[in-house]
Amino acid sequence: MYSYSDFDESFVRARVAQFSDQVGRRLDGSLTEDEFRPLRLMNGLYLQLHAYMLRVAIPYGTLNPRQMRQLALIADTWDKGYGHFTTRQNIQFNWPKLPDVPAILSALADVEMHAIQTSGNTVRNVTADHFAGAAADEIEDPRPYAELLRQWSTDHPEFQFLPRKFKIAVTGSPNDRAVTKAHDIGLRMTRNDAGEPGFEVMVGGGLGRTPMIAFTVRDSLPVADLLPYVEAVLSVYNVLGRRDNKYKARIKITVHETGRDEISRMIEERFLETRPQFGGADQALLDDIRAAFAPPAFRNAPTDGYDAFYKSDPIFRAWADTNLAQHRNAQYAIVTISVKAHGATPGDATSAQMRVMADLAEKYGHNDLRISHEQNVILPHVHKSDLPAVHAALSQAGLGTANVGLLSDIIACPGMDYCALATARSIPVAQEIALRFEELRLEHDVGPLKIKISGCINACGHHHVGHIGILGLDRAGVENYQITLGGDGTETAAIGEKTGPGFAYDEIVPAIERIIRAYLEIRENPAETFLQTYRRTGFAPFKSALYGAEGGRDAA
Amino acid sequence: MSRQFTPKVVTANDLREGDVVYLTADDRWSRLHHEAELIEDEAHAQIRLLFGAAQRNIIVGAYLADAKAGPNGPEPVHFREAFRTRGPSNYPHGKQVDLGKQADGKQVDLTNV
Repeated sequence: MYSYSDFDESFVRARVAQFSDQVGRRLDGSLTEDEFRPLRLMNGLYLQLHAYMLRVAIPYGTLNPRQMRQLALIADTWDKGYGHFTTRQNIQFNWPKLPDVPAILSALADVEMHAIQTSGNTVRNVTADHFAGAAADEIEDPRPYAELLRQWSTDHPEFQFLPRKFKIAVTGSPNDRAVTKAHDIGLRMTRNDAGEPGFEVMVGGGLGRTPMIAFTVRDSLPVADLLPYVEAVLSVYNVLGRRDNKYKARIKITVHETGRDEISRMIEERFLETRPQFGGADQALLDDIRAAFAPPAFRNAPTDGYDAFYKSDPIFRAWADTNLAQHRNAQYAIVTISVKAHGATPGDATSAQMRVMADLAEKYGHNDLRISHEQNVILPHVHKSDLPAVHAALSQAGLGTANVGLLSDIIACPGMDYCALATARSIPVAQEIALRFEELRLEHDVGPLKIKISGCINACGHHHVGHIGILGLDRAGVENYQITLGGDGTETAAIGEKTGPGFAYDEIVPAIERIIRAYLEIRENPAETFLQTYRRTGFAPFKSALYGAEGGRDAA
Repeated sequence: MSRQFTPKVVTANDLREGDVVYLTADDRWSRLHHEAELIEDEAHAQIRLLFGAAQRNIIVGAYLADAKAGPNGPEPVHFREAFRTRGPSNYPHGKQVDLGKQADGKQVDLTNV
C-alpha cells in the first residue's frame, strides 16, 4: 500500500503541531469557541451529544495491520476500548477528551494516519470499492486514482472553503460497490469501444434531505484527464454553489438549479483551461503511486483442503456462502468480516477484535485490511486453504457471524445515542431488528436484503438507497420512523419510495417484520430477491402489509 | 395574551471533557440534571443563559432546554434531553455509569464539577 512521502509526513506532523497549539490556546482561553470550532472541524473533532468525537480518515478504506493495531491502542488509551467504522470508510472515537486529542493525533501520525478533512466544507476522504485490487470483475485497481485525488485535494488552497462538503467515490469495477451515484462526484471505471479504461464521471448525486442520483457528465473520461477534469467540476461548483443557504449548498442543488446541459458546458469549458495546466506532473505522480499498489505476491498452493472442509462443516459452509466474494485469483477469496453480530452495534469493533483482524491480515491476508461503507471489515486477499483457520479465529473473537448481505447486515448511523444532529435513535432499532430475525431464524430464507437506518434527514445511514430504508424523526417530541422501499445503491441506483405514515419506536420492528413476511408470501420463488420482487409487484402489497388492506392508517 | 412559559434549565457541554452539564442556582455547573436550576420565568431564563454562555472557558454551546419539576429536582421533557442525562442506549457508558445512582436523581449529592 501507499507509504507517506517525506512531504506527507512533514505535512501531517506540522498539522498535529499546529492543532496541538490551537487546543492549548482554547484550553487557556486565548481562543473562543467561535474561533476554535472551524479549526477543530478541519481536524475531524466534533462535539457530540455526550462527548467529543474524533473522526479519523481511512483513505479509500485501506488499512495495514500496524494501523489497525494503533487504532486499538488509541481506543484503549484514550477512549472506551472500541471504535465505530462509518459509512464513509472512516473510524470514529466517541469519547475523547479535548486535552488528549493532540496525543491521539500524534499517535495517528506515527502510523501515517490523520483526521484532516474529515469534516468541514472541503473535499472529504475519498472512498473506494472495498474489494479494490481483489475483485474478479475489476478493470483496474481504483486506489491509485483515489490516492492521487487525496494528495491533490489535501489542503488544496482553492477548495478549503467550498460552499459545502464534497464527497468523491471511485470504483474500478462495472459493478458499483461504492455507491458512486450518491456522491458529489462518482467515478466508475468502464472500457470504451477501443477497450481502453476510462471513467464514467457522475456529478450531483447525494442523499440527505434532497436525495438525488448523480447524472453522467462523461461516459468515458480518459484516465489521464482525471485530475484536471475533477478540478474543473470543483471550480465550477466553487463559483456557482449557494453559500447563502446551507440546505441548497451541495452540488446536487447547483446541478438542479443550473441545469445539466449548462453545467456540463461550464465544466467542459473550464476543463479546457485546467487540462494544460497540469503539464504531466500528475501522471508522473500517478505512476509512482501505482507502484505502491502492486498486487501482493499471491501464493500458489492447492485448495482441496478448503473444498473438503466446505463440504464437511455446515457452520463454515454457511459463513463461506455469505461472507466470501470471488477473488480475481481463483485460489483466493475476499473475506468480509461481519462486525455485526446479532444484537451488536453495526460498525463497532472492540480493541481486541481490531487486534485479531490485524493479526489475521498479517498471517493470512498479505497485510491488507479494508473498511467497507457497509461498516464491515474486509480481508481482501486470503488463500482458500487458509479460510478454515481464519474462520475459526474470527469465530473465537465474536467476528464469525454469517450474515453479510443479509437482513441483519444493517447499516446504521450513530443516531441519537451519540450524534448531536440526530432526531431519533438508530442503533437500538438495528439491534432489535437483527435480534428479532435471529429469533425467527428467517434471514437465510429471506436472502439478500439491505436495510439501512438513519437517525436524521442527513442520511449518514444511506436509508434512501436501502432496499428497506428507515429514517428516524422527531414527531412532536416522540421518536417516529419513516420507511422507504426499493432503494438501491449499486450501478442500478434508485431512491426508495416513502411508504406512508411513520411508526413509533415500539412499532417499527413489527412493521419491518410485516414487510418481510409479505415478501416471503409474494415472491415467485426463493431465488427472487426482495428488490426484484419489489420491482415486479410495486408498492401495493407492501403497503397493505404495513397499513392494512384499506391502505389507510393514522399517523403515529 | 402571553402563552404559558415552559420551565427551562441551562445546559451545555464541558469544554475539556465534553460531558453534559447543567447550570445550578448557586452558579455551579453540575453533571446532574436534577441539580439544575429550574427556571420558570422567561426573562430570568435569558439572564441565566447569558450568565452561563459567558463562561466560555468552562463550557461550550449553552442553551435553554425544556424541563419540569420532579420529586428530586428538574426532569427533562424531551427524549433528547433525557438521553443527555444518561448516555447512549447501546453501552453502559456516560453518565448512567459514571455517576451511578446520582444520574437518576435518587441521591442528591452536591457534586461540583
